[in-house]
Amino acid sequence: MSDITWGLWQLLFKGVWITVQLTVYSAALAAVVAFGIGIARTHRLWIVRFLSGAYFEIFRGTSALILMFWMFFVLPMGFGWQLVPMWAAVLTLGLTYGAYGSEVVRGAIAAVPAGQREAGVALSFSPAQQLRKIVLPQAWPGMIPPFNNLLIELLKGTALVSILGVGDIAFGASLVRNATAHSAPVYTIILVMYFVLAFLLTRGMRVVERHAKAGVGQAPAARTSLRSRLSTGPAVTGAGAAAEGDAR
Amino acid sequence: MTFDWSAVGHFMPMFWKGVVVTLQALVLGSLIAFALGLVWALAQRSSLKAVRWPVMVITEFVRNTPLLVQLFFLFYVMPEWGITLSALATGVIGLGLHYSTYTAEVYRAGIDGVPAGQWEAAIALSLPRRRTWTAVILPQAIRRVAPALGNYVIAMLKDSPMLFAIGVLEMLGEARQFSSQTFQTVEPYTVVGVAFLLIAYPASLLLRALERRLVR
Repeated sequence: MSDITWGLWQLLFKGVWITVQLTVYSAALAAVVAFGIGIARTHRLWIVRFLSGAYFEIFRGTSALILMFWMFFVLPMGFGWQLVPMWAAVLTLGLTYGAYGSEVVRGAIAAVPAGQREAGVALSFSPAQQLRKIVLPQAWPGMIPPFNNLLIELLKGTALVSILGVGDIAFGASLVRNATAHSAPVYTIILVMYFVLAFLLTRGMRVVERHAKAGVGQAPAARTSLRSRLSTGPAVTGAGAAAEGDAR
Repeated sequence: MTFDWSAVGHFMPMFWKGVVVTLQALVLGSLIAFALGLVWALAQRSSLKAVRWPVMVITEFVRNTPLLVQLFFLFYVMPEWGITLSALATGVIGLGLHYSTYTAEVYRAGIDGVPAGQWEAAIALSLPRRRTWTAVILPQAIRRVAPALGNYVIAMLKDSPMLFAIGVLEMLGEARQFSSQTFQTVEPYTVVGVAFLLIAYPASLLLRALERRLVR
């Protein structure tokens, strides 16, 4: 570990900053896509449901890395649009994980009891008002644990950009490996870095979850077991595990 | 946009080679993930803290770090330790190890979902521990979670292009090679992308059907 000089450490920290940026921008895009497509999939017109469903199946069916190659190499050659590598990566990750997220949004909206919507109709709320004032506030707390899982997947997905030469953590590591001719120290360090980032994300999402649950008058779930304190993922129950697998 | 169908024709022999390698990696990786995941799940139920703790730490760590970096780790570090494996073998191990931490959670959920009465019945019949697991608990648990396990096979399929980064010539690797030989990029990447859709979508329909049959 001693042969990683200060300059090389700087390279890794610069990579951390790029990875954080990629995660934040992609997550923002993914959130927009997830809500847009997720809500469209519950729309009353079949054509809207069909198109949003097709988007979901297409982006869920392809591999993020293939899509990234497509954005990098086919878009410029085929259409003449050359994207900055960083933004091509954000676009790919955001569209892909947004598709996974749309399933979470759709499921959470479907889980809101029908009586709530009917009450909205009885009070003559418009469909948009029902969604904004009744359905989404109640669906939101249930979305957060699966969103946390997806956020971790997204963080892990950002490592793909190193293959295409964006200078994230994994790319920094390959430079350090070439400079020091030792692989074990640098790859151990960056695995720990990714783990710390994932851990921080989970902590942040737990805070968001507590606030969201308090907002609809639910007590936060007690997390006292050793496993859940150590674990970076939300506690996975039988249904949760199946639903998570389904979303992917 | 010009899409040259003759380039698609020229790419086909390489493409099929890539498909075979992808499927090899997928099948072997799934076998490792299924077997190792069960080991993790059972180890996490051990009464010994010295077994439970390290397994929990390892699985959480592997699950929360990128597969790509793990592949690089295995590919570059194992030779430093004197273990030299082919790129495909390294990739299969990496894929299997990474997804075993997911399947462990699935098995855990399945085992937790077996009603307590089943355990009590096994005790009442004074079945030995081993037989309780193999004849009573696991058949019920695995039946319940089979669709969830299948979903992770699809997820593995979609992560298999990462193996190209350590030099495995699977579908994406072949496409890359073809495009660098012929300077035709649009066709091979599009073919590979469509191929993934054609495999993944029917597979997910199949799993949904399976889920309706098995999970009641």
